[in-house]
Amino acid sequence: MSLKVENLKAYYQTLYGDVKALDGATFTIKDGEIMGLAGESGCGKTTLGHSLIYLTPPMRFVEGSVELDDEELPVWDMKKMNTFRFKKISIIPQYAMNAMNPTRKIGKMTSELLESRRISFKTTLPELKRRLDLVELTHDVLNMYPIELSGGMKQRMVMVISTLLNPSLLIADEITSALDVSTQKAVAEMLIEFRDRKFVKSMIVITHDISILYQTADSIMIMYAGKLAEKASTGIIIHSPRHPYTKLLISSLPKIGVRYSEKKLSGIPGNTPLLLNPPTGCRFRDRCPVAFGKCVEEPPFIEIEKDHFVACWKEFGKNA
Amino acid sequence: MTIDWLIPRFMPGNPVQVLLARAGLHAEAAKEMYSYYTRAFGLDLPIWKQYLNFWNALFHGDLGTSILLFPQPVIKIIMRAVPYDVFLLLPSILLSFYAGNKFGAFAARTKRLDNTILPLGYILTATPYMWLAILLTWALGIIFRIFPIAYAFSPSLEISFSWLFIGDLLWHWFLPFTSLFMVMFGGWAIGMRNMIIYELEADYSHYLEALGAPRKLVRRYAFRNAILPQITGLALQLGVIVAGALVTEVVFSYPGIGYLLLQAIQNQDFFLIQGCFLFIIIGVLLANFVIDIIYIIVDPRTRIGMVGG
Amino acid sequence: MIEQKNIKKSEKMDEIPIPKPKKINEFLYFALSNNRLKVGLTVVLLFLILALIGPLLTHYKWDAYVGPVYHPPSSEYWFGTTTFGQDVFTQFVLGLRASFLVGVVGGGIGTLIGVIIGFTAGYRGGIIDEFLNIITNVVIVIPTLAILIIIATYLKVRGIMTESIFIGFTAWPWAARAIRAQTFSLRSRDFVDMARMSGMKPLKIMFTEIAPNMMSYLLMTLILQFGGAILIAATLDFIGLGPTNAISLGLMMNLAVLWGALQLGMWWWFVPPGFAIMAIVGALYVMNVGLDEVFNPKLRKL
Repeated sequence: MSLKVENLKAYYQTLYGDVKALDGATFTIKDGEIMGLAGESGCGKTTLGHSLIYLTPPMRFVEGSVELDDEELPVWDMKKMNTFRFKKISIIPQYAMNAMNPTRKIGKMTSELLESRRISFKTTLPELKRRLDLVELTHDVLNMYPIELSGGMKQRMVMVISTLLNPSLLIADEITSALDVSTQKAVAEMLIEFRDRKFVKSMIVITHDISILYQTADSIMIMYAGKLAEKASTGIIIHSPRHPYTKLLISSLPKIGVRYSEKKLSGIPGNTPLLLNPPTGCRFRDRCPVAFGKCVEEPPFIEIEKDHFVACWKEFGKNA
Repeated sequence: MTIDWLIPRFMPGNPVQVLLARAGLHAEAAKEMYSYYTRAFGLDLPIWKQYLNFWNALFHGDLGTSILLFPQPVIKIIMRAVPYDVFLLLPSILLSFYAGNKFGAFAARTKRLDNTILPLGYILTATPYMWLAILLTWALGIIFRIFPIAYAFSPSLEISFSWLFIGDLLWHWFLPFTSLFMVMFGGWAIGMRNMIIYELEADYSHYLEALGAPRKLVRRYAFRNAILPQITGLALQLGVIVAGALVTEVVFSYPGIGYLLLQAIQNQDFFLIQGCFLFIIIGVLLANFVIDIIYIIVDPRTRIGMVGG
Repeated sequence: MIEQKNIKKSEKMDEIPIPKPKKINEFLYFALSNNRLKVGLTVVLLFLILALIGPLLTHYKWDAYVGPVYHPPSSEYWFGTTTFGQDVFTQFVLGLRASFLVGVVGGGIGTLIGVIIGFTAGYRGGIIDEFLNIITNVVIVIPTLAILIIIATYLKVRGIMTESIFIGFTAWPWAARAIRAQTFSLRSRDFVDMARMSGMKPLKIMFTEIAPNMMSYLLMTLILQFGGAILIAATLDFIGLGPTNAISLGLMMNLAVLWGALQLGMWWWFVPPGFAIMAIVGALYVMNVGLDEVFNPKLRKL
């Protein structure tokens, strides 16, 4: 499968105007690729994830096109998208722990969900059970209510439900944020397993925790202030990033074995720009240590080497 | 006759007794309130005796003798009136609950519907029970002469199980029922509309929608979850409903406990008043109890919480 | 409910011409553009004005026999006359005044007590909460009618004030519960914890951190109590437990029914009072919804 996104824009409507949360994203994902989507809070990654499957007011679609498996995804049309949801594109939401109806037994809810989408629960049940085994949940959970499960268990349950119909694209939105480290590892491994077993073709893993992506993702895309900054394979992003923002991001990660007295933990000074009236040109300009004159013009997101995209004037110069 | 006349005169201190009777009803009403009970007990020693007598008589099923309808025992009078009340209240409460909630949920579907139904609901629930009763009486009873305007059945008929009687009964029943129904309907519709909106904004609703579930399913879940606080609300509303029923009965001279109570008040028949109140309170408690049970059945969360799961 | 425009390219949304408003102005903006609020407020104000200036327009006393009996509305008797020849309009506007008074006093007292008890219970929690809860439940259970009857037997003459005070003292549990719940949810919020950690005294926290956030809630509770008080008063008046020396809207209906206005078709006597109550209380409720939308950003329709 492949995902082709072109110039996708989605804004939030507010009293004072549109907040340009996602301002022109263009990228592709290959079959079987797990792409991590990382960035600071408010950079637009969740908006990007949601815009691909479920846009609700006050978010609204502005422009852009999305193609999944060479078929156009009508992301601007809530009704038309329904045929794709759950079957071709699915999501594990940020609020996965609260995503299940508290007054319905899980099995009942799942069956009702499937039936409502014209899928026989009976035929799906054996597969469902197999997957429960895979994530180490007993079959009894189907007879339990959500409050009877722990946070991690609910998370895994939602993972199973969301991927039950083998979607082409799975969007995993901050699924490890609320978990402890060992569960995080387990969930990360489950994601890879799902892909390897072809339950899911490709994934977008949204998180602000790059360390998870290091273990899970094939490629990582970094976003900043509503725009794409860099996209490359995991190894390159971690070890030899090109965009100044990515470089600072990676270097601000604490490394095991390094003590504070030897090397200070560096952050990135400054704040992200408000997206109500974003600055012209490169949005990282004000905090960038290597900004220069050309940066008042907005840099395009260009492939500087195979499968490595960057939006930075400095970097274009090097390869041109 | 002289005794009739004497007894109210005889009761300057009786309001106090009535107060104590209230206190007694309290202890019965709130089972946790044993402390209150003992406190009330120990408070007024001289009248202790009267109080004790009251309880004594109560346990023997004797609510005293009515002053107004002397010499009939109060309990008999009340029992005669109770069926009419149940007949009136039960359907109107249940039906208005059902219809009102369904309607409220319906209103939350589209903005347009919401904008028309919402003010309507609020106006209905703001309508004083008796005024609506008066209006209905006037419009349908007097101007259009479709329905009778008083009593539970025509005075000329005898109580029997004949179709004629039942038809007549229903005919008389319709107006009071309608007026109660309409006001309560408004209340439920409003409440439900608010709860549904809240539920539709919940995480699980969004999840279902993100997975492409049809609106019907999402709405069904929202409805089922929104009903729960409504059920609790029903329990709380009972006191208000009783007052409304009382007033409606007055307008229609419908021989329920409300009407009886009014007559008792107007004639200072304390025993009757006591008796009526006792029944009303028991009724409300009973209803509360039933509602609690229903709630536990319907909401799995409380069930699990109770088992300690 | 989710309407998404069926477009691929969107037009640039027109910027609403407001420079960065301060917090107060933001509320004002929404308040002024909220239809429900406007309509509700207008209706209430209309009746209020009528109540205030109405009695000045009529030179009759409400219980004086001033004209022909059973007289329908005419140019001289705007609302007609009663079975005794009293001017209905006079009764009506005076009754309006009474209702507003009951609303203010009864609703005010009810809200005040409810706030004090609910706030304290919600904020302090623990034993104080339990104790206050018991009191609240007791008051809810007490049949207010009973107490009123007792009071009625003792006081031969009852005024509107008495009734209002009584209503206030018996209707507060609802407000208390609501305020308590709200306080609970606010109290565990982060900014309160911060204040506590920085060592502010509890009372100060109550006033400077929590109260402002509750302001909107308090206002709405007040409105509900106001409306509720009017309704309760009408019911009490109707069964004869109302004021003995004044006229009120409920009393008008009582008298009307008592003296056969229904059978005589004297609609001018019993329709206006009930209608006024329905309109005022209904308007109050609608206003409340409007206020809710103003204060709660999630409910606003953009």
